[in-house]
Amino acid sequence: MGPVTAETPSLDVSGLAFAYPDGHQALFGVDFRIGRGERVALLGPNGAGKTTLVLHLNGILTAGAGSVTVAGLPVGRRHMAEIRRKVGIVFQDPDDQLFMPTVREDVAFGPAAAGIKGAELEARVRGALEQVGMADFADRPPHHLSFGQRRRVAVATVLAMEPEILVLDEPSSNLDPASRRELADILRSLDVTVLMVTHDLPYALELCPRSLILSDGVIAADGPTGELLSDDVLMRAHRLELPFGFDPRSVTTSA
Amino acid sequence: MGAGHAHRLYRHAHSPVHALPPHTKLAAVFAFVVVVVSTPREAVWAFAVYAVLLALVARYARVPAGFLLKRLLIEVPFVAFAVLMPFVARGERVDVLGLSLSVNGLWGAWNVLAKGTLGVAASVLLAATTELRELLLGLQRLRLPPLLVQIASFMIRYGDVITDEMRRMRIARESRGFEARGVRHWGVLAKSAGALFIRSYERGERVHLAMVSRGYAGSMPVIDEVTASRAQWSYALALPLTALVVCLLGWAL
Ligand SMILES: Nc1ncnc2c1ncn2[C@@H]1O[C@H](COP(=O)(O)OP(=O)(O)OP(=O)(O)O)[C@@H](O)[C@H]1O
Ligand SMILES: [Mg+2]
Repeated sequence: MGPVTAETPSLDVSGLAFAYPDGHQALFGVDFRIGRGERVALLGPNGAGKTTLVLHLNGILTAGAGSVTVAGLPVGRRHMAEIRRKVGIVFQDPDDQLFMPTVREDVAFGPAAAGIKGAELEARVRGALEQVGMADFADRPPHHLSFGQRRRVAVATVLAMEPEILVLDEPSSNLDPASRRELADILRSLDVTVLMVTHDLPYALELCPRSLILSDGVIAADGPTGELLSDDVLMRAHRLELPFGFDPRSVTTSA
Repeated sequence: MGAGHAHRLYRHAHSPVHALPPHTKLAAVFAFVVVVVSTPREAVWAFAVYAVLLALVARYARVPAGFLLKRLLIEVPFVAFAVLMPFVARGERVDVLGLSLSVNGLWGAWNVLAKGTLGVAASVLLAATTELRELLLGLQRLRLPPLLVQIASFMIRYGDVITDEMRRMRIARESRGFEARGVRHWGVLAKSAGALFIRSYERGERVHLAMVSRGYAGSMPVIDEVTASRAQWSYALALPLTALVVCLLGWAL
């Protein structure tokens, strides 16, 4: 393992293959790198293996072949605690992610598990809740919040761990248009590497300059989001469809 | 401290009793109940003193008498049991208003009634002045097995989620014209319960994944350090200590 420099990518996945215990092979040699500070969308049809790939990034599933490296640190039994701190995963259903009785305790869970206490813990919690605009809800129980608010708190629980890379599994699903935009503003304001799994192609275009298409367990395409979405042949080959009337060529992105 | 999860027994107020750390209150109530239970039943005056002590605590805690008395109704089944005792117990009997009652049974009834009422009253006071969340922190602090405390925490957190899931399943059933009427429909209800179990189980797995992803390795991290100063301890333990003196006098006299 080389020294961690500005050149060390946040995430380096190479030759990753995986079969579930029932024999179903979900990943067949996945290769890609994500540089520090990049925002990348991971696109692909249902069953492509996106969630399976995400579960490899913090060692919940372990690769049958190949390797995952986070900021120069190989994912494996030896560095598990540190890996889990560096890779923040926001799961699809916030009710799974928010399991403590109050928002504050939930956000504190990760850093406290990493041994942070007292004033520093309080500061982390406050900072993370402020980043997602939920500081006023610290003492509320998570299930009394709206879905969009819960999603934001779920993001905060992960931000409190000050991760190297933030991984979101379908962050815009079930959000109304306003909540969807608010979440986009939050994600844009963050200064971390982001990997975002999504079926919401306009959202990917809006937020992520670069996209990966995962299809049948391999990376089928890797390039600027606008170019990939404009390539009709590629899109059709991987069951990706733009919403009615949406033309990626006519959208100007600031990202 | 967490403001959520106010339960029905809780009464929001700012009093010296509310402000005490939860584990000191738990310890005090537990000790008080032990002392009350070990008081000889013949020392009737001692029980009167205990009642006065609790009334004093209630005043400090700004819990009105009506609130306390209404919650004491939990006790009704015990009262019924106690009322039966003089009729069914054996031994020496006395005649009251033409009824033949067992002396032993009368004492037994008094014993159950007095000790039960005091115990319930003390617990109601604890519940009225301590939030559920705090109670759990207190139990954790008193080194109750962490697994038990975790189970209780999850019950609070997911109780609503599961009731909601149950409600959605009922709506789905009824939208398709099903109404539970009589034994013939129990099969459907049983299948729903099975589905609910599987859904909850799967949710459990997903929650566990999320916990592991944030560094959970078998034990809950300590987030709120509940600590009590010596003054707070002595304040909380004043109740059981006074009761202990009364109890000892009860044995001596
Ligand atoms: N626990 C499991 N055991 C066996 N096979 C599984 C398991 N979980 C997923 N699979 C299979 O692995 C493949 C990839 O699944 P995965 O959940 O990674 O897809 P996905 O890209 O996240 O899909 P979606 O967009 O629907 O979320 C699918 O064919 C799925 O059926
Ligand atoms: Mg998925």
